[in-house]
Amino acid sequence: MKITLKVWRQKNAKAQGQLETYQLDNVTTDMSFLEMMDTLNQKLIKEGKDPVAFDHDCREGICGMCSMVINGKPHGPLKATTTCQLHMRSFKDGETITIEPFRAGAFPIVKDLTVERAAFDRIIQAGGYISVNTGNAIDANATPVEKALADQAMDAAECIGCGACVAACKNSSAMLFLSAKVSHLALLPQGQPERARRVLNMVKQHDDEGFGSCTNTKACEAECPKQISVTNIARLNRDYLWASFTTQNTKEKNFSM
Amino acid sequence: MQLNSKIPAGNLPDKWDTYRSTVPLVSPANKRRIDVIVVGSGLAGAAAAATLGELGYNVKCFCFQDSPRRAHSIAAQGGINAAKNYQNDGDSIWRLFYDTIKGGDYRAREANVHRLAECSVHIIDQCVAQGVPFAREYGGLLANRSFGGVQVSRTFYARGQTGQQLLLGAYSALERQIAAGSVTMYNRHEMLDVVIIDGKARGIIARNLVTGEIERHGAHAVALCTGGYGNAFFLSTNAMGSNVTAAWKAHRKGALFGNPCFTQIHPTCIPVSGHFQSKLTLMSESLRNDGRVWVPKKIDDRLKDPSQIAEEDRDYYLERRYPAFGNLVPRDIASRAAKVECDAGKSVIKNGHAVYLDFSDAIKRLGKDTIAERYGNLFDMYQRITDENPYEKPMKIFPAVHYTMGGLWVDYELSTNIPGLYALGEANFSDHGANRLGASALMQGLADGYFVLPVTIGSYLSNEIRTGKIDTNHPEFAKAEKTVQDNLNQYLGINGKTTVDEFHMELGKVMWDKCGMARNAKGLQQAISDLKGIREQFYKDVRVPGTANEFNPELEKAGRVADFLELGELMVRDALNRNESCGGHFREEHVTPDGEADRDDDNFMYVAAWEYKGMGNEPALHKESLNYEVVKPVKRNYK
Ligand SMILES: Cc1cc2nc3c(=O)[nH]c(=O)nc-3n(C[C@H](O)[C@H](O)[C@H](O)COP(=O)(O)OP(=O)(O)OC[C@H]3O[C@@H](n4cnc5c(N)ncnc54)[C@H](O)[C@@H]3O)c2cc1C
Ligand code: SF4
Ligand code: FES
Repeated sequence: MKITLKVWRQKNAKAQGQLETYQLDNVTTDMSFLEMMDTLNQKLIKEGKDPVAFDHDCREGICGMCSMVINGKPHGPLKATTTCQLHMRSFKDGETITIEPFRAGAFPIVKDLTVERAAFDRIIQAGGYISVNTGNAIDANATPVEKALADQAMDAAECIGCGACVAACKNSSAMLFLSAKVSHLALLPQGQPERARRVLNMVKQHDDEGFGSCTNTKACEAECPKQISVTNIARLNRDYLWASFTTQNTKEKNFSM
Repeated sequence: MQLNSKIPAGNLPDKWDTYRSTVPLVSPANKRRIDVIVVGSGLAGAAAAATLGELGYNVKCFCFQDSPRRAHSIAAQGGINAAKNYQNDGDSIWRLFYDTIKGGDYRAREANVHRLAECSVHIIDQCVAQGVPFAREYGGLLANRSFGGVQVSRTFYARGQTGQQLLLGAYSALERQIAAGSVTMYNRHEMLDVVIIDGKARGIIARNLVTGEIERHGAHAVALCTGGYGNAFFLSTNAMGSNVTAAWKAHRKGALFGNPCFTQIHPTCIPVSGHFQSKLTLMSESLRNDGRVWVPKKIDDRLKDPSQIAEEDRDYYLERRYPAFGNLVPRDIASRAAKVECDAGKSVIKNGHAVYLDFSDAIKRLGKDTIAERYGNLFDMYQRITDENPYEKPMKIFPAVHYTMGGLWVDYELSTNIPGLYALGEANFSDHGANRLGASALMQGLADGYFVLPVTIGSYLSNEIRTGKIDTNHPEFAKAEKTVQDNLNQYLGINGKTTVDEFHMELGKVMWDKCGMARNAKGLQQAISDLKGIREQFYKDVRVPGTANEFNPELEKAGRVADFLELGELMVRDALNRNESCGGHFREEHVTPDGEADRDDDNFMYVAAWEYKGMGNEPALHKESLNYEVVKPVKRNYK
């Protein structure tokens, strides 16, 4: 099939970017979207031009590296599918496809379609863990965990940290990502001791990074490749209120490490 | 060179305990003055960096992805083994040890493997404490599944995303140490050389992949946790960025490379569908529990609609050849059997190779719902990639490169032969011998990172407390930095006509055809000369766009492919030297009368550890003989 591509090209974080148009004549329906991009890059290199920089690694929908806005949708048209799991059979012969990076103030562009998502790591640093040094653990079966809770924790833990939720949100809020981690740990007995400080510190970091606030449009849930549910955001909000209240009555004011 | 494996004295089950109780310690005050570099943030690297940080060392950790959470370990699906015996089915540390030694076809060290089995138990405790949401039973206790043909149920799992959840656990421990200031993380950095001063590893040269800047980092010890080298075959189930560069640079600086020819080819992957193919996708081994593998008996039927091929015209070749294990034979055997059928002209796809994995009997017997419950997400993934519905048509599968058992040679302490340079996880050669059992790589990566290195490194660092800060102005740093810069400029300066990917594909084709599932002396000799030709052509004709002072993924790939080109030759030479068949290494000259691998314990019961002698020169072979004190090697038989 023949495809016309309009691809965001931007030399580096500071440069001006613009859409460039490319034609590809030898696309097959069995190709993955990223293999189509490989084909484009091979062609550009042969022509002495600069190939398009884009992030990818596992190409199996699990590492969270790939990150393209395809025809206006983060990760493209298919529900619950990352960019790397998309195939060209989802497009029509002769179609024009527009490809842009995940845009957000907190995700500066590195080059072309590649963005920097270190802000997500810093949110995790603020409390997205259980403080247990290696060697401190008790026997794994000493604390039974209700299966339903373990399953819900797993639902939340499936987040791949891709940032599509941020790219989909008009406020560039990272609430879906943040709430997935808060929920995963809050649902488990092991996560209880740090539950209050965790949610307060992580929300603070989220805001400090410049992610916007959540206005419940649910655009994030619609575009999330792992179908992380907005009920996690509701859970986070409850935890946040509870934590703000309970910690007012304790001496501990400063929750930073 | 005398290889000292440093296996502690004493009875096998006591060795690790005795070692741990007597290894020299570094006091907390001194730890603060000691710097350790960990390259890699997969299970091995993240676990090691976090634990060393908790202990009080100053740690720097590097990865080439934009976040440590994206290391290739994230993609592991099936599970992780541990000798917990929660199912009360007779499992024990001893049994896990024995299964691993036997599964590796008696080419691994007893002491290392026993330690691995001991650590397995603590791994599960640690992960649960971190909040890893393993699958559970209704009673709230942990669930297990069986895996890879062993007789007990010892595999812990988190849906089909075990690697992801284990890595996120290790990543959260790592991020906690980053927040505490004990670990500094360098994302989007690629290590391009190790710096050796007076015979000791003293730091690395890394390239900041965003700015292109070349950086010097000094440390009292360096741990390489940089994963496997399956991408030498171009197509594999590994992530696109998985590479051998870190290990290869260490090898060039004198670190020995152990058993490079031991590669694992996984039988159930989605076949290659076209020239544009960039990677292969694994379909979990568990599918063989209910799927039946077959090809048509008559070559003329191979492209016929499978539903039109009568039962008596189908050859269920695994059931025919291995009546005892049937479709559940180990990975190496199932892979080779598929190759035999396709070589005989029975591939069920027009261009390329594939056999059927058929669920129609299972669907008839158990109903579609049961099959959907067991394998639904895999069937969906298959359909997404191939556009065919496996509930209605048999899956088409073919073996693909999946894992590399070989890697940097390390002793019991996980130290390479260069003092201060360690290798962990898939990057070392240590525990799986000639064939790895399913769900054992995750176990090894975490054992190495959480429990082994943090202990063993003390034996070296206790002698480093008076060394003081490593001076990165030392001439060896300058020299290494210049080599790195020269290499990058060389790739950029060639300005030829052939892309890096094209060279990588050519390399992959030679490796797959001549050093893949079956190997013979003639083919291997041919491969050595083929690879030499490709390498020479690479340095004459590669085209790498852009400059070294910017984000330039093509330049990164060029360096990796250059190293793969050298590694490929070493793999071939090792395969040629190992004139026997064992585990994943199958030499066509060494086959039993009924077509099985013919191991030669009298002549090859050793680790082949290779020493680099310059590009294109024959490497030197050193042998570490394997002494089985407790287990008695026997023939593997699955008939
Ligand atoms: C599809 C698939 C499924 C699997 N399923 C299972 C399973 O179910 N059970 C099981 O036990 N095993 C499984 N395995 C094997 C297992 O996943 C790997 O062997 C294991 O995760 C390797 O971990 P690692 O920490 O050694 O390396 P990796 O996870 O590969 O990490 C390597 C790290 O090194 C970094 N790195 C590499 N080179 C450099 C450099 N030059 N400079 C800086 N950083 C560098 C990378 O950024 C990365 O952080 C599977 C493998 C595959 C491919
Ligand atoms: S919540 Fe969904 S969209 Fe957001 S980072 Fe996680 S997986 Fe990606
Ligand atoms: S490349 Fe890993 S999720 Fe897409």
